[in-house]
Amino acid sequence: MISNSLLEVRNLHTHFTLGGWLDTKQVIRAVNGITFHINRGEVLSLVGESGCGKSTVGRTLTRLENATSGQVIFDGKDVLQMPASEFRILRRDIQMIFQDPYASLNPRLKIVTTLSEPLFCHKLVRSRSDAREKIADILERVGMDRNDMHRYPHEFSGGQRQRIAIARVMILAPRLVIADEAVSALDVSIQAQVLNLIKKLQQENGMALLFISHDLGVVRHISDRVAVMYQGNIVETGTKHQIFDEPNHSYTKLLLGSIPRIPMGIYS
Amino acid sequence: MPLLEVKNLNLSVLTGNDLLPVVRDVSFRVDENQTLGIVGESGCGKSLTSLAIMGLLGGTPISMTSGSIVFSGQELTSLTNKERRSIMGNQIAMIFQEPMTSLNPVYRVGDQIIESLRKHRQMTKTKAKKRAIELLDLVKIPEPENRVESYPHQLSGGQRQRVMIAMALACDPKLLIADEPTTALDVTVQDEVLALIRDLQQRLGTALILISHDLGVIANTCDYVAVMYRGKIVEAAPTADLFSNVNHPYTHGLLNSIPVIDRDIEWLKAIPGRVPTINEKLAGCAFNPRCNIAENICTTCDPEQITLHDDHYVRCHFAKRGTND
Repeated sequence: MISNSLLEVRNLHTHFTLGGWLDTKQVIRAVNGITFHINRGEVLSLVGESGCGKSTVGRTLTRLENATSGQVIFDGKDVLQMPASEFRILRRDIQMIFQDPYASLNPRLKIVTTLSEPLFCHKLVRSRSDAREKIADILERVGMDRNDMHRYPHEFSGGQRQRIAIARVMILAPRLVIADEAVSALDVSIQAQVLNLIKKLQQENGMALLFISHDLGVVRHISDRVAVMYQGNIVETGTKHQIFDEPNHSYTKLLLGSIPRIPMGIYS
Repeated sequence: MPLLEVKNLNLSVLTGNDLLPVVRDVSFRVDENQTLGIVGESGCGKSLTSLAIMGLLGGTPISMTSGSIVFSGQELTSLTNKERRSIMGNQIAMIFQEPMTSLNPVYRVGDQIIESLRKHRQMTKTKAKKRAIELLDLVKIPEPENRVESYPHQLSGGQRQRVMIAMALACDPKLLIADEPTTALDVTVQDEVLALIRDLQQRLGTALILISHDLGVIANTCDYVAVMYRGKIVEAAPTADLFSNVNHPYTHGLLNSIPVIDRDIEWLKAIPGRVPTINEKLAGCAFNPRCNIAENICTTCDPEQITLHDDHYVRCHFAKRGTND
């Protein structure tokens, strides 16, 4: 079990302090002692409502936020304790997809430049022509045209931009991808395409995926296991079927009961 | 006589020297006590249709090129501003998506509810305030006597949306238009707010137009559903009939795209391609580049609306044959 897990999070706390000096100090316990693990090649979803701390977990794992206490063990190494220089190398293996593809791509860079950066950063290519070949390859894998590399982000639709953001992650062949509401900003018909794409790439590459989302339908579709968060804590963890078919915690039941269902029975 | 009848509504946006159609030939009716759902993806024209009814397109580059909107026997499109003001917020009221931005942050919520009562009902301040407290109670805000003095930032997102509903209901409107009223809310709060809208709609007998991108929300709230794609209503039917007898390939595709929570699907049957932008010129049926049953005729000829039975309308050349998967 232990040897199989790629990421282990133990009693992780991320607190934010508001106010101070003249104002009364207030501590927000965004992540308040959570423990979970992700196995190699597994999809774990972190689900919860706004403000429950699910995004803070993702940001803490990638050190975009500072943890208050706890341990994050990735492949046997403590991510939170290692020096920044060492973590920079590890970033190749832990990549993140963000919600808003309009904000996560630099509007002034051509796609080819955006996609070259990670390759040169991590010294994965020797020359520009090498990089171009890799980029053409990855663009085709995410369902785009190789010539799209010469265009700017504004020339693409939201769904296409999210494909590009996914390409930027996948070009590094990471072992763990953290997707924070990666399909939430997309229309249903496009969301389905991008979900299928993420699932396909995950299966082909055997990467582990931490899928952060508020949408239970999407979560059921993509996950192997699910962790339900409420107010900074994980209230229930289980396999997809345990959570969706035999939920235990009253909050999980409330969440599931709140989803407006489509009368698919009649439909299909 | 229908309460609201929209006939052949056409809206266009002016970009440079081009008038690009954004809402095309949209017709529907809403009877008293009825709930109509309009569903579609971003840019399909569902919100613009509601803004046109409310007469809120002034100052935007969007103009109405033809069509008529008749409310209780009165043509809304030819009203003067003064006449329109006496109807809007009074007989027709609207709830917007973002309760954060549609409430004025520097006024107490009570004062914002009172405004329409003072304007339309000429109530005194004390009487209007009493009514505002009643309204907050009606939308199930706890301690309404205190909450009437609150500023919007002191309320949660769900409570703000309840205040918006209270404002909309202040003058007992005959028609309520709700544009994505729960999209910004968490699912548990969404469930409460939708239950409230349903309950009030039934108790007060208000007609409702609910605009949403979420078929689940629509299915659980509306009597009648219109599906829009690229400015046109492609399929419209009573809710139960729509889901049991899907005819347009787009409606079909939408339903297949939704990952449901009660069963496993290995791969979603996504609609290929992407939602066309408004400045793409499409010949024939707007859905043809993404359609799995499209044939030559679809690229040349835009389908007319066909009546399948009773109240089920569809715009597809192959409507009666159905889809082939």
